[in-house]
Amino acid sequence: MQLHFKRPGILPGFWPAYCYSVLYLTLIVLIPLSAVFLKTATAGWTKIWHTISSPRVVAAYEVSFGASLAAALASVVIGFVIAWALERYEFPGKSIVDALVDIPFALPTAVAGISLTSLYAPSGWLGRYLEPLGIKVAFAPLGITVALVFIGLPFVVRSVQPVLEDADHEVEEAASSLGAGRWQVFWRVLFPAFRPALLTGFALAFARGLGEYGSVVFISGNLPMKTEIAPLLIIAKLEEYDYAGAAAIATAMLVASFLMLLLINIVQGRSRRFMETKLS
Amino acid sequence: MSAVGRKRVPRTEARWVRWVLISLAVGLTIFFIVLPLAAVFIQAFDKGWAVWQAAVTEENARKAIFLSLMVTGIAVPLNVVFGLAAAWAITRFQFKGRNLLLTLIDIPFGVSPVVSGLIFVLVFGAQGWLGPWLADRDIQIIFAVPGIVLATVFVTFPFVARELIPLMQSQGSEEEEAAIVLGATAWQMFRRVTLPNIKWGLLYGVVLCTARSLGEFGAVSVVSGHIRGLTNTIPLHVEILYNEYNYTAAFAVASLLSVVAVVTLLLKKVLEWKTREART
Repeated sequence: MQLHFKRPGILPGFWPAYCYSVLYLTLIVLIPLSAVFLKTATAGWTKIWHTISSPRVVAAYEVSFGASLAAALASVVIGFVIAWALERYEFPGKSIVDALVDIPFALPTAVAGISLTSLYAPSGWLGRYLEPLGIKVAFAPLGITVALVFIGLPFVVRSVQPVLEDADHEVEEAASSLGAGRWQVFWRVLFPAFRPALLTGFALAFARGLGEYGSVVFISGNLPMKTEIAPLLIIAKLEEYDYAGAAAIATAMLVASFLMLLLINIVQGRSRRFMETKLS
Repeated sequence: MSAVGRKRVPRTEARWVRWVLISLAVGLTIFFIVLPLAAVFIQAFDKGWAVWQAAVTEENARKAIFLSLMVTGIAVPLNVVFGLAAAWAITRFQFKGRNLLLTLIDIPFGVSPVVSGLIFVLVFGAQGWLGPWLADRDIQIIFAVPGIVLATVFVTFPFVARELIPLMQSQGSEEEEAAIVLGATAWQMFRRVTLPNIKWGLLYGVVLCTARSLGEFGAVSVVSGHIRGLTNTIPLHVEILYNEYNYTAAFAVASLLSVVAVVTLLLKKVLEWKTREART
């Protein structure tokens, strides 16, 4: 008689579950996604370079990159204030505010797009007061940033909240009793512990902003060289049946978001080590 | 306890600082997040109930609603089956490539919606890999319903798996092992043990998946071809109405999607509470 001691467990269904997952993942995600890279690769270097270095494409990258960066920075500041108040203070309606933070996750991007445009258009509720001040939001780069702040805020709040919740009150009290003022406690003791979470929130908001489409196309006005975002150019290339060009722009975007995700992992790995050394 | 020489340690910020931060947090949430949502409803009912009703029951709107529901009805069950299979394999067994599988499941979250549509055009489009083969057989995938389904399945791919994996990991496999040892079949174990344990998490995954399927814009926009009454989903119908300056109708249809978003958030709160209750 042969005993199979190597069997990991007695639970059934590993092979069907595993094979089905891998097959479905391959068919729905991996094969279609590889099409982008293969299409780009078969187009040849000169064609790729010609596409991604043309002035209109470079301008679109600059718009996407600049607006995402500005929006992610604004989201970090605004999101931190919201997360701080939600985690450290008690006030009426707190749980409602907490639930409302998820709206941008749930609201379809196209709905957010037309709504923000109607608010910030020159005749809109907010636009009509901003326009006389010389602040143009809709159909300008600022509008793209405003839309991306809407999209990015929950990423920052939800990244920072757990860290604020876990913050060690003893360290804080020790600093206070040793004579540190509130501001010193915040800046020297609390803030360093939040930094990795803020960076994660920043990276998530930034990466999402680079690829965002629905909430931006309405408010941006889509002026070539001025307010045209990179995802819109992919659609423009597709409409010209320039599949290779669309794939080349997409590849550049995928590489950018891949690098962002890598950065998040490095930051999280470092902060985990930081916490571990602190505990030991 | 003696308090000799011990200063009173401030445990929180001064009252006015707290007050300012709470007001800022609430104000910023209202300005950046609530206002865009409120603007949808206000503009939807701008011209009264009758106009709203006419806009959402008009023929193209009804066809768009039907198409969106149909696409959701296909995409959600597919991703539920995948989510269950992937979560079962990942949380109940040790195998090579487990972490890789976990990482790959997240890919669709990191891909721009436009790129999510593009990949299917590159595979099935007129100049795509399978384009000529499909054209010979008169099968249309891009600019038709199958393409919309594929793009929707792709963007909602991780939702159910992402909810189930941490939940099933934390629950462990003892109860299921006990069921098998006591002679239950695989199906009995799944029905009587696994499913009751994960039902709230599973339901939350389904809610998220449904909301995103109904609201997806960018990916569907690339593959749909915007044929009225045929390949227009609800968000695409909103876009068309908006671009025709038919704002009230656009916001009326958008208000349906906003209701879905609000219901999603409410269900989230309920289901979070249920999961916490089930765990204790």
